[in-house]
Amino acid sequence: MTMLAFLSDFTIQNVMAGAALLGIVSGVLGSFAVLRKQSLLGDTLSHAALPGICIGFLIAGVRDLPVLLAGALVTGAVAALLMVALTRTTRLKTDAGLGIALSLSFAVGIVLLTHIQATGGAGHGGLESFLFGQAAAILRSDIYVMAAIGAVALALVMAFWKEFKLVSFDPDYARTLGLPVLALDVTITVTIALAVVIGLQMVGVVLMAAMVVAPAAAARQWSNRLGTMVALAALFGMASGLFGALVSATARGLSTGPLIVLAASAIVLVSLAIAPGRGMVWEWLQRLKDRRALPSRRVLSTLYRLAAEHGNPAYPAEQTMLDAYHGTSTARGLERLKARGLVARAAHAPEFTPHWVLTPSGITEAEALLGHPNEDENQ
Amino acid sequence: MSSNLHEPGLAVHCEDLTVSYAARPVLWDIDVDIPPGVMAAIVGPNGAGKSTLIKSILGLVRPTAGHITILGRPYKDQRRRVGYVPQRSSVDWDFPTTAIDVVMMGLYGQLGWFRRPGTKERQKASDALARVGMLDFADRQISQLSGGQQQRVFLARALVQDAEVYFLDEPMAGVDATTERAIVAILHALRDAGKTVIVVHHDLQTVRTYFDWMVILNVRVIAQGPVRDIYNADNLRRAYGGQVALLDRDKVLGETG
Repeated sequence: MTMLAFLSDFTIQNVMAGAALLGIVSGVLGSFAVLRKQSLLGDTLSHAALPGICIGFLIAGVRDLPVLLAGALVTGAVAALLMVALTRTTRLKTDAGLGIALSLSFAVGIVLLTHIQATGGAGHGGLESFLFGQAAAILRSDIYVMAAIGAVALALVMAFWKEFKLVSFDPDYARTLGLPVLALDVTITVTIALAVVIGLQMVGVVLMAAMVVAPAAAARQWSNRLGTMVALAALFGMASGLFGALVSATARGLSTGPLIVLAASAIVLVSLAIAPGRGMVWEWLQRLKDRRALPSRRVLSTLYRLAAEHGNPAYPAEQTMLDAYHGTSTARGLERLKARGLVARAAHAPEFTPHWVLTPSGITEAEALLGHPNEDENQ
Repeated sequence: MSSNLHEPGLAVHCEDLTVSYAARPVLWDIDVDIPPGVMAAIVGPNGAGKSTLIKSILGLVRPTAGHITILGRPYKDQRRRVGYVPQRSSVDWDFPTTAIDVVMMGLYGQLGWFRRPGTKERQKASDALARVGMLDFADRQISQLSGGQQQRVFLARALVQDAEVYFLDEPMAGVDATTERAIVAILHALRDAGKTVIVVHHDLQTVRTYFDWMVILNVRVIAQGPVRDIYNADNLRRAYGGQVALLDRDKVLGETG
């Protein structure tokens, strides 16, 4: 099959569109879940979707996607509210509340699912595919449903951008400004539930939580702005979705959902390792650089203090004296400073040994090093 | 109109206020009155209910009993006239946002729904950052700021609210001496401009130099009034018990001791 023929294949188009959609929406909403330290919320919402799907099926009598997803949304929201009620009225912390809501609703879902399978005959329509997702079964009409839900979710984020940001960063302050924080919390949770619902058919209830957390966690590594983070999370989510869809379409026997999650996890691992400013490799390089710069920094401050002591900015310090003071050879440190134009060699007759003076930029640098101890605090 | 006002002559008026967490009273039947135009310290030992008092005035904690008015009306009618600086530790500073962005959050209430901050809001935020000496750091990610710098950003966020009554929860906790001086200078300037500044404060040694009004709290109100009248060994001992002996007696109590 040529690439063009491959891409114009109807099923593959559907799968790719669906995968991209779910990646974008879960990346955007996942950003808020991660920043609000509610990563487990995605897990609870997706597991809680299972009973909703089953109830939707029991009501509709057939596998009608909008009804199933509406059911998933309702039970997801009920589970989230159960969590809120548990944490507000008992001494349970949020993670325990989420854990209880998750396992309780998933258990209910499994009971309903096995009941439907045992009694529903041929009509049960493969509800178990919602456990791990079944991308190939996606119809064009399903894509329209997913796109509509995604559009609603993204529109909510756009409309309440600044409120979502403030409520995620500083909810108490938001309340003093008069924002309805509880209503906004509920709106964010429901919107995250919308994102979860989009992915159910493709990735399934078990793995969907990864799509909420992974693109957002990766994006946080690369950006210090909320807007950029959310855009990157959407991009990472979409890329993972397309990757999973393409690979599963070209290779036999590989299912789409898990591949999408694996791709997203790979992006997370790479981001944790190499992202500038936050990645592990970056931090390691920074420490290495600091350690190498330390000797020359110390020599520079010694030169500065000597010059200050003698009241002479161009005081020539003898290298052997610097060696003696630091208890080690300062030759390499001095050469490095000279290469940066911060010190210069000097003669001090009648001695023939090497002497060093600070250049004007060396003085500025030394003052910056010594002068503002407060600026380095917490960094 | 004025017939609707309750104690309009007072910046803050709490009457018979009781706040309890899980049946344990944190504030017990207290009356607090703070006149406008003063810089007031709320002091007291740990667990005295200092932060709780501020939070119940701002509607963040629901009182068990009693009522509170700000400039004669309940807080919800006076939001635009009140600025708030929470404890620095109350937020996660690793949030992906910049200093100027945090300051602009102070304007979200005035902006209303669906409107994004624009040039005008950015200008106001820049002015506030300049007032706290942080303009050079406007586009820094907030986790890259030192503790003192973060505190100044929080102060700028309250300044941009352009309020009449300011509440600050331990603004001097864990900041360097330079920042503390800068914060005090700004607060004095606010008071001199006729605003009311109410600060939860933990350092008894500086109360007399920084403040002109104080409320000494320990679940109940021990004393309140002008600092020169109520800052004395007797009142402090009643609030702090034996703890005040641990402090440097001469420095804390000075000539009044």
